[in-house]
Amino acid sequence: MASITHPGVGGTPAATESKSHYLNAQTSVASWLFTIDHKRIGIMYLASLTVFFIVGGLFAAAIRLELATPTATFFDADVYNKLFTMHGIVMIFFFLIPSIPAVLGNFLVPLMIGARDLAFPKLNLLSYYIYAIAGVFGVTAILLGGVDTGWTFYTPYSTAYSNSWVFLAALAAFTAGFSSILTGLNFIVTIHKMRAPGLTWFRLPLFIWAHYATSLIMILGTPVIAITMFLLMLERLFGVGVFDPRLGGDPVLYQHLFWFYSHPAVYIMILPGMGVISEVITCFSRKRIFGYEFIAFSSMAIAILGFLVWGHHMFVSSQSMYAGLVFSVLTFLVAIPSAVKVFNWSATLYKGRISFETPMLYVYGFIGLFTIGGLTGLFLGASGADIHFHDTYFVVAHFHYVMVGGMVMAFLCGIHFWWPKMTGRMYNEISGKIAMLLVFLGFNATFFPQFIAGYLGMPRRYWEYAEELHLWNLASSLGAGLLGLGFGLVIVTMLASLFFGKAAGPNPYGAKGLEWTIQSPPTTHNFHEIPVVTEEAYNYDATIEEEEHSGSHA
Amino acid sequence: MEQLRIIPVAATNFATQVDILIWAFTILSIFFLGLVSAILIVFSIVYRKGAKVNRVIKSPDNTLLELTWTILPTFLALGFFCWSAYLFFDFKRMPEGAMEIQVIGKQWMWKTQHPNGRREVNTLHVPKGQPVRLIMTSQDVIHSFFIPAFRAKMDVLPGKYTQMWFEPNKVGSYRLYCAEYCGTEHSLMGGWVHVMEPEDYERWLTEGNVRTAAASTPEAAGERLFAAKGCVTCHAGTSGARGPDLAGAFGTRSTLQDGTEVLVDEDYIRESILYPQAKLVQGFAPLMPTFKSQLREEEIMNLISYIKSLSDMEG
Repeated sequence: MASITHPGVGGTPAATESKSHYLNAQTSVASWLFTIDHKRIGIMYLASLTVFFIVGGLFAAAIRLELATPTATFFDADVYNKLFTMHGIVMIFFFLIPSIPAVLGNFLVPLMIGARDLAFPKLNLLSYYIYAIAGVFGVTAILLGGVDTGWTFYTPYSTAYSNSWVFLAALAAFTAGFSSILTGLNFIVTIHKMRAPGLTWFRLPLFIWAHYATSLIMILGTPVIAITMFLLMLERLFGVGVFDPRLGGDPVLYQHLFWFYSHPAVYIMILPGMGVISEVITCFSRKRIFGYEFIAFSSMAIAILGFLVWGHHMFVSSQSMYAGLVFSVLTFLVAIPSAVKVFNWSATLYKGRISFETPMLYVYGFIGLFTIGGLTGLFLGASGADIHFHDTYFVVAHFHYVMVGGMVMAFLCGIHFWWPKMTGRMYNEISGKIAMLLVFLGFNATFFPQFIAGYLGMPRRYWEYAEELHLWNLASSLGAGLLGLGFGLVIVTMLASLFFGKAAGPNPYGAKGLEWTIQSPPTTHNFHEIPVVTEEAYNYDATIEEEEHSGSHA
Repeated sequence: MEQLRIIPVAATNFATQVDILIWAFTILSIFFLGLVSAILIVFSIVYRKGAKVNRVIKSPDNTLLELTWTILPTFLALGFFCWSAYLFFDFKRMPEGAMEIQVIGKQWMWKTQHPNGRREVNTLHVPKGQPVRLIMTSQDVIHSFFIPAFRAKMDVLPGKYTQMWFEPNKVGSYRLYCAEYCGTEHSLMGGWVHVMEPEDYERWLTEGNVRTAAASTPEAAGERLFAAKGCVTCHAGTSGARGPDLAGAFGTRSTLQDGTEVLVDEDYIRESILYPQAKLVQGFAPLMPTFKSQLREEEIMNLISYIKSLSDMEG
């Protein structure tokens, strides 16, 4: 996308790479703990997130193990309730919300806009440590015996009835929010102020647009969850009546406050994933993205409309019928920009030169699963149908299609795509593809049966369930085994690449974008000289028959 | 065979209506998913790397196409919104003349009371072909009353009444669940709803734990409380009474001290019993004491039933 005047342009032999890069420039422990390099902070996030993902995954495995039979087998009711609560808290607050922004966003936002770091490198490090402290609160709550409120902390159960570590868990969610706010703030300022010369708004990679939209939600929405968690802690600790009707409070007020953040949080999770997809699909189809402006503005539309639909979680909560209708119609409308993106991605393939490397397979997986997740979201936004679906496994299946089928697929897509840039190594293509297929098949086997169980009326958060629902639950539990195997293989593949992977070279996929114009891994300061951008994003030409990409031979 | 079922039993007309919407949605979803998948697969095969095809593009963007796939789905979405909103209205608006059943949720059981005073726990008997309206509240945390076969669900909250209704059209036994997570035995908080022929229901009502009929209807129990708790001294409509006359008050609008109006419904009466000064009717002094810790949820419901019955007589 840029005219480049320094070493490391795509296709340059790997031999010209300088030996020094951000990973080996300094190697002491202190050089990591006190680093203000956005790339190292991204790597620290990646390591921490992976640990949380494994912990959350183990909770999920325990849940599916228990649900393999309709009656109690391995855990008693209280343990089971804690398992699904902690699965939710760990996955949402410590994996999904930070995942793409904190890892790929941190690593790539400066690289993609031709900057040497984020606008506030120290704030960036602080955001990591706030996340880490929140993680310590969360892990402490788990080790002390866990929480049993569900990740939603509904009152008055959470404030007056639960005998578990609600305060610590709420404190963890409260604290983690500040990490998001700082990251969002950093991205917004960086994107406004630090773009390379010539990199106008409409030349930005869509990954940047997506992160800009995400950052807006982070700084506007997250304070609300902080306030909510704060009020919840006040009520639980000191009996200040806000939500508990016995103290004169209103439990439905809690739901409004909680979902005012937590619905937009869904878009915090999915928008950056959409950004990843736009980058990867253009690269492997060698095409300019179809409908650049439509995709960019649809991200903004999602960010804005996303703030106005929270009440669709509350159709049967006793919220006014008319409020319910307004939330329902807005929910239908927020689906449109997502549909527009899907159509544009599909059209991007037209007359492309398509190849099927591992990241591209994840793109197909993402589009398919996200489409199912999005469409089933409309079943739930349809107020009349949601009366039945609300709080059943249909909801569980739907949001896993969006969160795992969408977000985790996009996360893995991005991790594979930029892994050579981050580590300088290629992963094994065959093992990467097998892992992707396992994840895709395992995912569908796990979550598709849950749509049926939900439609049949199985409520969520059930430790024991009706005998007639056994088959669908058993299928789901078996699928979870396959899914776990897939994730395991992804981790093994990536770790193995660090030891056995071929050197990647600066641009193994022949991709456009400033991050591919510099060596892999980049130096600490990214660019020897700040590049000047003269082209649009994704200036690919599918009509040119290329040689194999440099990385494939390296 | 039961294990392979993918459509739940539908035992109300509403359930059938909801199913039609859901399946229309499903067909639409399969169409869109199929369309997107077909486009992805066809393009990926035709334009795969190495294929000898014409890749020259005349114009890279196509505004007409963009507008088409923005506007068409918008209209489709709005159509489905209206359809589902229609059903939502149907569910949220209580029918006239429905039979009223009181429901109280508590960790972890459902307690119900029929119009003649018969009580049940974790089961609910209802007649076929007659609208039934549930008036529900919770003694502790939030619960949710869910009968999949009726496609009907409503949260049950502490400190507030919620309502739902259904009109069963098929005799049988259907599962009853709590759908809102409520603690340890959430998944065990449920039972069965038995839909009976009206004659069977009438017979059933008079069996079991009903103490000599009229004395134990909710209204009768409420009337006794009305006298025992002293409500009668101020609220019986005698001249110079210190409280508003409650006969005929239910369902009307009262003017408050600050000039605003309030609908006298279940929630308002409940609030006035527990927090008498919260919404004081114009022309009365704040003299009434709270009955907050003196009445159980069942008793408050019975009082309300009695006050309602005063209006029925007027009307």
